[in-house]
Amino acid sequence: MINKWVVYPLLMICSICLIFPICYAFFISLMDGGEILQGQILPKSVTYQNYIDAFKSVPLLQYLWNSFIVSTSVTIGMLVVSSLAAFTFVFIPFHGRNVVFFIFISTMMIPWEATMIPNFLTIQKLGWINSYEGLTIPFFALAFGTFLLRQHFKIIPLELYEASQVAGLSQFKFFYKIVLPVSKTSLVTLGAYGFLTTWNMYLWPLLVTSNDSVRTVQIGIKQLQTQEIATEWGVVMAGVIIVIIPALLLLFLGQKQLQKGLTQGSIK
Amino acid sequence: MKKVELVQISKSYNHHTNVLENINVSIEPGEFFVLVGPSGCGKSTLLRMIAGLEDISQGKLFIGGHHANLLRPSQRGISFVFQNYALYPHLTVAENIVFGLQAQKVPKNERNKRCIEVADMLGLIPFLKRKPRELSGGQRQRVALARSIVSQAPICLMDEPLSNLDAKLRSHMRSEIKQIQRRLGLTMIYVTHDQVEAMTMGDRIMVLNEGKIQQIGDPLQIYNHPANAFVAQFIGSPPMNLIPATFNKQKQTIQIEYHHEILVPLHDVRNISNEDIIVGIRPEDIHLARNEPIHFQIEVVNVEVLGTETIISFKIKDQQWSMKWNGQWRIAIGDRIPISLDYQVLSIFDSKTGTALKNAKADTHYKINEVNL
Amino acid sequence: MKVVVDEEHKGQIPATINKLSFLSRTLNNRTALLYLLPSIVLFSVFVFYPMFKTVYLSFFLTDLQGRPAEFVGLENFQYLIQSESFHKSIKATLLFVLYTVPISIVTALFLAIIANEKLKGIGVFRTLFSSTMGMSVAASSVIWLFLFHPSIGAINRLLSIFNIQAIEWLVDPSWALISISITTIWMNTGFTFLILLGGLQNIDENLYESASIDGASFWYKMRRITIPMLSPTLFFIITITLINAFQTFGQVDILTKGGPAESTNLIVYSIYREAFINYQFGTASAQAIVLFFFILIVTILQFKFGEKRVFYQ
Ligand SMILES: Nc1ncnc2c1ncn2[C@@H]1O[C@H](COP(=O)(O)OP(=O)(O)OP(=O)(O)O)[C@@H](O)[C@H]1O
Ligand SMILES: [Mg+2]
Repeated sequence: MINKWVVYPLLMICSICLIFPICYAFFISLMDGGEILQGQILPKSVTYQNYIDAFKSVPLLQYLWNSFIVSTSVTIGMLVVSSLAAFTFVFIPFHGRNVVFFIFISTMMIPWEATMIPNFLTIQKLGWINSYEGLTIPFFALAFGTFLLRQHFKIIPLELYEASQVAGLSQFKFFYKIVLPVSKTSLVTLGAYGFLTTWNMYLWPLLVTSNDSVRTVQIGIKQLQTQEIATEWGVVMAGVIIVIIPALLLLFLGQKQLQKGLTQGSIK
Repeated sequence: MKKVELVQISKSYNHHTNVLENINVSIEPGEFFVLVGPSGCGKSTLLRMIAGLEDISQGKLFIGGHHANLLRPSQRGISFVFQNYALYPHLTVAENIVFGLQAQKVPKNERNKRCIEVADMLGLIPFLKRKPRELSGGQRQRVALARSIVSQAPICLMDEPLSNLDAKLRSHMRSEIKQIQRRLGLTMIYVTHDQVEAMTMGDRIMVLNEGKIQQIGDPLQIYNHPANAFVAQFIGSPPMNLIPATFNKQKQTIQIEYHHEILVPLHDVRNISNEDIIVGIRPEDIHLARNEPIHFQIEVVNVEVLGTETIISFKIKDQQWSMKWNGQWRIAIGDRIPISLDYQVLSIFDSKTGTALKNAKADTHYKINEVNL
Repeated sequence: MKVVVDEEHKGQIPATINKLSFLSRTLNNRTALLYLLPSIVLFSVFVFYPMFKTVYLSFFLTDLQGRPAEFVGLENFQYLIQSESFHKSIKATLLFVLYTVPISIVTALFLAIIANEKLKGIGVFRTLFSSTMGMSVAASSVIWLFLFHPSIGAINRLLSIFNIQAIEWLVDPSWALISISITTIWMNTGFTFLILLGGLQNIDENLYESASIDGASFWYKMRRITIPMLSPTLFFIITITLINAFQTFGQVDILTKGGPAESTNLIVYSIYREAFINYQFGTASAQAIVLFFFILIVTILQFKFGEKRVFYQ
């Protein structure tokens, strides 16, 4: 549509601008203190010392592990809870279905931040401060996830449901033998989305973790930054690179999928 | 083989209007029973009530002599073939075929044996490992058939199973389904809106319109003795030509247009009491007036040459009629042709209720032939 | 369950309305309840209850444990209305929305349009453009913290090449909000791009082809096909970006801590400080209610005005 000799340079320039901060962080992580203070952009010599120091100054491995546990649990929990709800809205005709669905959707309008104070108090009361439960369970029910899956389940022809009824399948069997496999792609989309958002979550872990045992990697970065800021930028950037790699990998692998799944869910 | 009986069945979705009303019919074991009617008349609804996919609002359903209103679909001994086939997209052909057997916990050996048997019968062996989306429409249709056959359910319900196929494949599948039904002795309830399918496949046909039974009978009965104007027009292609007319008792004539009169034989005059009637005539019963009295001088508006026959359309009283002549005819649009109508082949219907007052005499032109060797 | 009816009586059965047993009639309702139970419980505990609790708390002064201590009616709100610091916070929030939302959308739309060309290697560019979606707030903020570093940060180094005086990005009250906005726009790009690209790819190719046959120019196609066909996606992404903007927290916490001179004290940060640093849960809750209404208004406005201009397929 546009001349490719216009498009390629544009694409190049834009990519460089967008990617620059990430690359820059990477370069910094490879420099020693002196080079950084000179304001270099490309490292003259490469050192891995910063990475070693990063692992030494905060328990990054523990944080990575915590983040992994938390993100995986939220992903699984959210998929289970949302897919059950979405299945119900699509395949089980019950009284007040529309009303209940509307109530579900209305939760999307309530910003998490507006309710965080009582939620914090609740978690405190439940004794879930500094626990995986406190970090995960509040995020299992996700209206957006239910909505997205419902849109996808609605594409499944009702005849499949009826055919399975004729074959004598129970509702639950239909759910996990037909609906889930058929919607594999949308589940993967939602799963990747859930994993990413949880991995990158900041405010909530900041509130409900106060020690290293469950603290997530994002809080680790902040900790690293406040500890080291005066001198060791290289160490901070090394930490940043370690933290963003899993998320970026996931994104690169699932980018096409995410794009398709999210746009379909959002529009139809 | 099982009998299916519907006793005073009605269906309403909204508690006000009935989509189906007072359906009484008994479908014999091993019978190929066709439900036919225009779109929206309630065919699918009726079939789905028999299958248990839809609640029955009123009346009783008996399957094999047992009251079945409350049975779940899987308890009714039925199989169902859906219009869009309802194949599970993530399962292979083989898995699709045995899906129901798995649900019923049929042992694996048995499952595989039956699967191969049925796949062989329908020529699906080469496709067993494929997914539905890697199949053509016709092949998918076969998988749907296979799935229903493999269940060995004595009653098979089909809802317009051929409507997504092209004409040639459709006529092939018609005979194939019919043969399978015979061979396995299935009680078949088959829904279609295509009267050709109904005529060619059905042992008996039930014509539905607006939720009411119009007529039940075997194909020739329905064709030759339509119970009312609706059936007369619905069955047959091109449809029966219908036109309002008046019956003049004194002159003993039927007057179609001002100066077109047809004499009514004395013994029929008594049977017709109304003045306002609807006259019907099948396209194949109108012919060129050679020696006969000319009833109409018509102007041709369209000609379709089909090879063995020719269909000629013309206008009478703002209505388009068609006639079907055997053989090939060289006729141009705009030609004027004299035609004659024979009283014998006229059908006469009450203009208010549509009920047939007289049917065309079937054997005037078509003798029902018998092969006696 | 099988009932055998003797043959003679069948014909006489009156057309009665079938009475399904109570259990089977309510089967669907019970199953639905069972399947929805996890969602219902979680929503009740973590969305609806806290929403009401927030409203409740906003009428109280609380002790350090967040327990309501004294009912003060609307005093918390009155306090907010008079509080200069809250005014600043609102102003900063609105300015922030104004800075970030339009630019994020336009940038991402531009990127999506050029990345929607069918060229060799376009997949690489698409991946690069969407990469900031994988960047966490914390990581991004820390990187930008360094980029904004007054002496050794890349931005000021770059400016110095053009002989522009170093800017105190995060310390100068007139620049701090802009710095936060730049960071946010950068972070938004990935997700917004991905969604808009998806929207563009859903547009039927034939529309463009037939327009080309009619000799339509690039801009004409853009105006008459792309934008109208993309409008549902745009509508969606604008809403999301707006709502996200109101919920911004991490950037502020890492880059400026709300300063300097409260110029970047965005509403969520303000709530956080009030509640978890000053332990004023009452006024914090009152602010949370204000935030809730902001988002409610955005959603309602979007639906009211957005919908008219949106072309639905
Ligand atoms: N779930 C439903 N709720 C309300 N009305 C319905 C429902 N299903 C069908 N109907 C109505 O019942 C009538 C009969 O529908 P049905 O599907 O049985 O028609 P059909 O004869 O199968 O038509 P077609 O040949 O188009 O498939 C139609 O008027 C339809 O609008
Ligand atoms: Mg139908």
